[in-house]
Amino acid sequence: MPSALRLSLALRYNGPVLRRTALVILLLSAPLFSQQNSFIVLTRDARRAIATTTVNEQDYVALDDLAAVFQLTVREDAIGGLTVGYKGKTILLTPDQPLASVSGRVVSLPAAPIRNAARRWLVPVDFISRALSLVYDAKLTLRRPSRLVLVGDLRVPRVQIRYDAIGTGGRLTIDATPRAASTMSRDGDQLTMKFDADAIDAANVTGAAAALPGAAAQGLIQSVRMADAVTLAFTVGPRFGAFKITSQPSDTSMRQTVDIASGAPGQAPDATPAPAPFPAPPPDLSALTPSAAPVSSVRTIAIDAGHGGDDEGAKGAEGTKEKDVTLAVARKLKAALESKMGVRVLLTRDEDRNVPIDDRTAVANNGKADLFISLHANASWRPALSGATISTALFEHQAEQAARALAPELVPAFGGATRDIEFVPWDVAQIPHLEQSATLARVIEESFHDHVPLAMTPIDAAPLRVLQPANMPAVLLEMGYLTNPDQEKQLAGADFQNTLVQALVDAVVKFRDAMDDERRAAAFPEAAK
Amino acid sequence: MTRQRLLVISAVVLFVAAIVLIVIVRQRAARHITPQALAVPVTAPVKPGRKIKALLFYVSMDGTKLTGVEREVAYGDGHAEQAQQIVNAQLAAAATPLVSAIPPGTTLRALYLNEKGEAYVDLSKEVSTAHTGGSQDEALTIYTIVNALTTNLPAVKSVQLLVNGKEVDTLAGHIDLREPLEKNLDLVEP
Repeated sequence: MPSALRLSLALRYNGPVLRRTALVILLLSAPLFSQQNSFIVLTRDARRAIATTTVNEQDYVALDDLAAVFQLTVREDAIGGLTVGYKGKTILLTPDQPLASVSGRVVSLPAAPIRNAARRWLVPVDFISRALSLVYDAKLTLRRPSRLVLVGDLRVPRVQIRYDAIGTGGRLTIDATPRAASTMSRDGDQLTMKFDADAIDAANVTGAAAALPGAAAQGLIQSVRMADAVTLAFTVGPRFGAFKITSQPSDTSMRQTVDIASGAPGQAPDATPAPAPFPAPPPDLSALTPSAAPVSSVRTIAIDAGHGGDDEGAKGAEGTKEKDVTLAVARKLKAALESKMGVRVLLTRDEDRNVPIDDRTAVANNGKADLFISLHANASWRPALSGATISTALFEHQAEQAARALAPELVPAFGGATRDIEFVPWDVAQIPHLEQSATLARVIEESFHDHVPLAMTPIDAAPLRVLQPANMPAVLLEMGYLTNPDQEKQLAGADFQNTLVQALVDAVVKFRDAMDDERRAAAFPEAAK
Repeated sequence: MTRQRLLVISAVVLFVAAIVLIVIVRQRAARHITPQALAVPVTAPVKPGRKIKALLFYVSMDGTKLTGVEREVAYGDGHAEQAQQIVNAQLAAAATPLVSAIPPGTTLRALYLNEKGEAYVDLSKEVSTAHTGGSQDEALTIYTIVNALTTNLPAVKSVQLLVNGKEVDTLAGHIDLREPLEKNLDLVEP
């Protein structure tokens, strides 16, 4: 039943009280149907924009636009069902149902297909990754934060740019994930970085030039823009003197650190013909920090989706299972952290299966994760309880003392020498990280304020088995109570999960920045002053 | 034809009325039974004889801590037997308005006490399978037993819970149970 009709019936039968409610609903819902935007479909040799419409914070794309781009056939049957065909395979859609039957397999969609004012059928953009990708010949990858759809095995690294002022100079840190080599050169007032890839995904660098505020204020770099699909162009400022580039490849990403020295005050860059890329002599390059500067403190994050398989965890009255909520949030958090921070994210499980508790922490320890977050949903004998809790590990006093007393041991090394080896007992590996874990818990709590409801005592410590062996800052997050009927609905819904994931990403960024500042201050005490 | 119809309608009406009557009577009976069922004393099984006073632990009103309540518990000969009586009292259904942190159906299979003052409390599988699954509730369940024994029996220094005769990592996936645990009064409301 259309919502307008439903509202008019409500008005007829329920009088003035409902009339006020209906008016509020209409006022609230009006602006939600307005935004227009687009996604870029990238193939090896073409870029094509497809328009999207945002309805209730959900991005929709017109089915006939998809049909034109992906050579699909769309047929509407007499009872309103939609059949999408591709090379003899079919996807069935039913209006009002957030589901698609893909060659007989049912997959869920974040929302049901809808019809817009022009009578065109719209489907959520996730239709591409969840349904179309199952029947399409080439691999389809949806990068929602970057508004990209990749067709085929394309090398499209995510590129993140960061600028830090250091004295009179500055440092550009450019991360490409997955790893992609790049070269930098200077041509007049343009400093260009070209990547060895099919395209780059630089969500924060749009078509127009984006400013790097700190760099512009120093007169070093005015702006950055995409020169073409694989090239970033930085416009240098009047004080730009020289630059030095250092590559730091890791398993998953390539970091290019560009140290910039300032030239003589007021000197225009084009006043000196620049013998790029290393003009000599660099005016005050010696004042820059060493190129072997510490890399970011958070490059790998392990996310644990609590419970799984026959261990269902807590259960709500409506049947919501903790194991399902934790897996859904873990997947969303992985995608968000990877796209927004360019970090490597390890999941302790990516399907509905039982993982022994020590194996979960082993994923984090063996993967050399810099952070570990275990996701859970709470339950209580008292159904009124609600709100999130962030817990750190707690140890019996004696175990803590014994672990802290452990000293590095000297072991023989090649050539008759000895070297320090740090032995970390499995059960107490978390002890040296307790302080940072407490900081992480506080940062998450701050980030949750006004976004995610918190419990009466939002931070606590308990002898949590999954955290005790974690050899990195680690917290266990109880996202809310499944035994509270309102919270059960929230926890099972995409809106709450998305808000929670965003708040967690913000917290992890804040934690990383704080840790990086600490490291930088320790490495360069002068610069920190 | 009309008379036949009337007869059929009357029969249907009578049948429905009878069903409604039965349902109402059964509901009333159930309501009548409930308070009695909840009124099972925490010191069950009740048997005539010597009693001691012990502090037992239940879920606090706000659901986040334990609250201590003084109750009479059957006397046990020696520390181990007394420990059994205390655990049995703690496992018995709680009278309203008290709420027990022990999952319903949990029974004591065995209890051992060694010379170091470590008590091994072997509980039936329901302590795990009938648990709410919350980490906070898990802590409350564990420390109900740990605190009941260590608070009332100075000879018991620490407590390790076993499930169905075996050591377990956790009861519900969170709290480490592989070592005996000491008293935790932080979880008890003042």
